[in-house]
Amino acid sequence: MPYEIHGLMPFIYVGLIMLGVVFSLIRFLVGPTAPDRVVATDILTTITTVVLVVLALFFDRQIYLDVALVYAVLAFTAVVAIARFLEGGL
Amino acid sequence: MIGKVIGEIFMIIGGIFMFLASLGLLRMPDVYNRMQTSTKAVTLGAMSSILGVGIIHPAWLPKCLLIIIFILFTNPVSAHAIGRAAYRTGVKLWPGSKCDKYGEYLKEEENA
Amino acid sequence: MKGISKWLYTAIVFLIVWVALTGTLRWDELVTGIAVSIILAIFTAHIFTTEGIKNLSPKRVVCGIIYFFPYLIWQMIKANLDVAYRVIHPKRPINPGIVKVKTKMRSNLAKTIVANSITLTPGTFTLDVKGDEMFIHWIDVKTDDVEEASKMIPGVFEKCLMKFMD
Repeated sequence: MPYEIHGLMPFIYVGLIMLGVVFSLIRFLVGPTAPDRVVATDILTTITTVVLVVLALFFDRQIYLDVALVYAVLAFTAVVAIARFLEGGL
Repeated sequence: MIGKVIGEIFMIIGGIFMFLASLGLLRMPDVYNRMQTSTKAVTLGAMSSILGVGIIHPAWLPKCLLIIIFILFTNPVSAHAIGRAAYRTGVKLWPGSKCDKYGEYLKEEENA
Repeated sequence: MKGISKWLYTAIVFLIVWVALTGTLRWDELVTGIAVSIILAIFTAHIFTTEGIKNLSPKRVVCGIIYFFPYLIWQMIKANLDVAYRVIHPKRPINPGIVKVKTKMRSNLAKTIVANSITLTPGTFTLDVKGDEMFIHWIDVKTDDVEEASKMIPGVFEKCLMKFMD
C-alpha cells in the first residue's frame, strides 16, 4: 500500500531537512579549515542517505533503498579517504 | 494506520535531531566541538528517520534495519578519522579549552 | 586450527551479509552466496579478524543484542538530549578539552567496540587509541585526572561489556 501524503507532517519534515542542508552548506562554504569542510561533507552524505530512504517512501519505489545503501557505502569510503589524505598517509 | 502515526513520530524526531545537528555545526567554535554536536546527533537522527520509514512500510523493515546498522557501524569510524586528521594537520583547539593531553603525548613521543 | 576458525567466522559473517542484502532464502541465491563467501573468506580472513569463531559464541551474540545494544541506544539518546540543550542554549555552555583515559579491555575487538561506543555518544569522541590509552575529546570536561575520567567515560560501557567479553 503506497504512502499517501496528507497532513502537515511531510511538509514539516522536509522543511527541517532543508534547513539542515542549508546550514551544512553554509558551513561547507564558510568553514575556515579543510577539516571543517570534511565534517560538513560527512553530515551532508548522511542526510542524503536519509533523503533517499524518505524519497523511496514518498514515491513508493523500493529500488531507492538499494540506492541509499550503496550511497552510504561509497560516501563512507570517500570521507575516510579524504580524511586519510589530509593526514598525509593515503 | 497506527503504524503510520508511530512511524511519522519517529521521522519527525529524526528530522529535529538532524536540524539540531546542523545548527550545532553552524554555531560551535572549533572543528572538534562541531563534530561533537553534529556527526553523532545526525547519526541518531538518521537512525530514527529510517526506522520510521521501516515502521510505516513493514515490508521494507529488514532493508531499513540493514541501512541503520551500516550507519551505526561506519559513522563513528569516519568521525574518528576526521578528528585525528584535523589534529594531525594542526587545527588548534578552541582557546577556551581546558586541557590537551593528546598534544602533550605527541610532544613526549617526539622528544623520546 | 586458528586459521580454520578465522576462516569459518569470516565466511559466516559474509554469508549473513549476503542474505541480508539479497533478502531471500531461495536455494540458488543461497548456493551462490555460500560459494562467494567461501572464496572471499580464503583471501580476507587474516585481515578480517584476530579471534575467529569465538566471537560468534551464543553468549556473546545474545548478550550483545539484548543487553549491550539497547543500553548503547539509551546512552545515545540521553547524551543527544544533553548536547541538543548545549546547542540551543543562547550562551553555548561548553567546556571542551582532550583527556586521557585508560581502558580495561584487552582484545582488539572489545577496544574497538568501546571506542566506537564512546564516539557514538555525543559529548565525547575518540581521537586516538594507543595500547590501552585512549585520547578523548570531551565537550564538558569535569576532571582531567586519568583515573576519574576512566570511570566516567569508558567505564559506563565497560561495566556492561565486561560481563560477556573479557
